[in-house]
Amino acid sequence: MKPSPLAQHSTDEAAQPRMVRLIEAERARLTFSLDGAPATAREGDTILTAVLTARRYLAESAGGEDTRAGFCLMGACQECWVAVDGTRARACSTLVTAGMSVATGGHFTVG
Amino acid sequence: MADPAIAIVGAGPAGIRAAEALSRHGLSAILVDEAPKGGGQIYRQPPDSFQGPASSRYGFEARKASALHLTIKRLATAIDYRPSTLAWNVCNGRLDTLCAGRGESVVFDILVIATGAMDRMLPLPGWTLPGVYALGGAQIALKYQGCAIGQNTVFLGTGPLLYLVAYQYAKAGAKIEAVLDVNPAHAKRRALFALASSPRTLAKGIYYRASLGTHGIAVEEGVTPMGIAGTDEVRDVHYRRGSVDKSVRCDAVGLGFGLKSETQDGESTVSGVYLAGDGAGIGGADAAELWGERVGLSIAARCGRRHDASRIAKIDRRLARLARFRAGLERAFPLPLLGSTLPDDTILCRCESIRVGQVKDAIRAFDVVEMNRMKAISRVGMGRCQGRMCGHAAAELLAAETRQDLAAVGRLRGQPPIKPLPMPWPGTP
Repeated sequence: MKPSPLAQHSTDEAAQPRMVRLIEAERARLTFSLDGAPATAREGDTILTAVLTARRYLAESAGGEDTRAGFCLMGACQECWVAVDGTRARACSTLVTAGMSVATGGHFTVG
Repeated sequence: MADPAIAIVGAGPAGIRAAEALSRHGLSAILVDEAPKGGGQIYRQPPDSFQGPASSRYGFEARKASALHLTIKRLATAIDYRPSTLAWNVCNGRLDTLCAGRGESVVFDILVIATGAMDRMLPLPGWTLPGVYALGGAQIALKYQGCAIGQNTVFLGTGPLLYLVAYQYAKAGAKIEAVLDVNPAHAKRRALFALASSPRTLAKGIYYRASLGTHGIAVEEGVTPMGIAGTDEVRDVHYRRGSVDKSVRCDAVGLGFGLKSETQDGESTVSGVYLAGDGAGIGGADAAELWGERVGLSIAARCGRRHDASRIAKIDRRLARLARFRAGLERAFPLPLLGSTLPDDTILCRCESIRVGQVKDAIRAFDVVEMNRMKAISRVGMGRCQGRMCGHAAAELLAAETRQDLAAVGRLRGQPPIKPLPMPWPGTP
C-alpha cells in the first residue's frame, strides 16, 4: 500500500478537520459564508464536505441536545439539514456555490 | 387506445433500465430522480469538477457504471427526465414532486418505483457521536467527494459492503484501524456453495477480503459490538470477541449491517404500480438492472407492444441465479439480533434522541403491541427520517418486549411528505 496521505497531518487531533481529502483534492477554490465567517470550499464540494474539511462537526441535532456531523450521506437520515440563503437544505446533497451563506445552529429557529 | 402515462421514480440501475426498455418499445416515461445525475447510489456520478476516470471510482464495476451513465445520457433527450426532483407523495394516480423549490404534480396511469437501497442500520451505544457514519455513506464520501470520513477509521458491522468499502479506503490511502465483522468466518464458509452460483462476484469478494490482509489491516470476525465511546465525538470502539473485551482507538466509524429497501416495503398490491430493483427487495445492482428491464418489458407488453418472450425468459433465468447468490449472502452475513439487547440509555431514535428505556416504558405503560401505536406513543419513527434508521431495531425491541414474532409487530407506515420539504422563510423573496 502506498504511504497514507494522513501522515502529513499534524498529530494534534483536536485541530484537524473531520474529513480528509484523498482524491482530486486540488480542485478550484471558492468562498462561502459559514455561520457568519468566511470559509473556503473546493468546487464540487457538498456543504457537508466543505464544513467537515474545515471543522469536526456539522450542526446541532434536531432537538439541540448534541452536535452531529451527518450520518447516511445519501439523503435518507435527514440529519444534515442546515440553513442556506433563507431556506433550508440537506448538506449532504447540496453543492456549495460561491457566496452561499450557510448557518448550522438552532434548526428550529430562524436565523 | 392512447399510450398510458408512465412515471418512474429513481434513476438508478433499475429505473434507467426500465426507462430504456420502455423507450425501445416506443413508450416514453417521466423519470423522476432526486439526484442531479443518474446512476443511483452504487453508480453515483461525481460533481463536474471531478475529472478522474471511472475506473478509479467504480473499480471492477467501471464498465457497468459507464454503460449505465451513457444510457441515461442518451435517454435524457428522448424521454421526460427530471433530475434534482424529489417525489414526496403519491396518491390516486398523482405523483407530487419538488424541484428547485417548485412543486409539480405528475399524473400517471402506470408507476414504477425504483427507489433503491440504503444501509440496514442497527443502533449501538454512541452511534450518534460525530464521526460515526453509515457504511454506504463512508463509501459515498470517497467516491462522490474524494474524502475519507476520518483520520483513523474502523469499519464495523457486516455484509459484503464492509469489506468492499474497507478495500476502497485502503486503496485510496486512508488509515484503517480495524475491520470488525459481527458474523463469524464459519457462516461464510457454510454459504460458499450458494455464493459459487455467481463465481465472478464471489472471486471479487475474496479478493477484497484478501487484499485487506495484504495491506496489514486487522480483520476480526465474530465480534459483538459493545459500543462507540467518546464525549463530543468518536474516540474508541468497544467490542467483545469470545470472552475477551477489546477496544480500538479511532476518530471515525463506518457502521452498517447490509442493505435494505428504501421503500420499507417489498411488494406492490396496487394495480398499475410496479416495483423494481433494490427498492423492491435487495438483490444488488446487476439484479436491479435486469429487474428494471423486466418491468419495462412487462409494461410494454401490457401496452400492446411486441411481447419479447425470449428476452424475458433470459432475464428470469439470470435473476433466479442472482437470487441464489443473494440467499448465500444472507447466510454469510445475517443480521445480528442487537435491537433487543441494547442498554436502556442507548439512543434508539437519532432524529429526536429517544432512548431505548423510554421506548420500553412507553410500550409497558400503554400496552403497545404494534409499531404504529408505538410510534404514536413514543415518537420513535415520527422524526424527520420516519424510522429509516431506527425502524428495524424498534421492531426488534417491540417484538422482544411483547414476546411476539418480528413479523407480528407490523411496520411503520410512511407518511407524505416522505422526506422533509424545505420552505422559504417568511420575508425572503
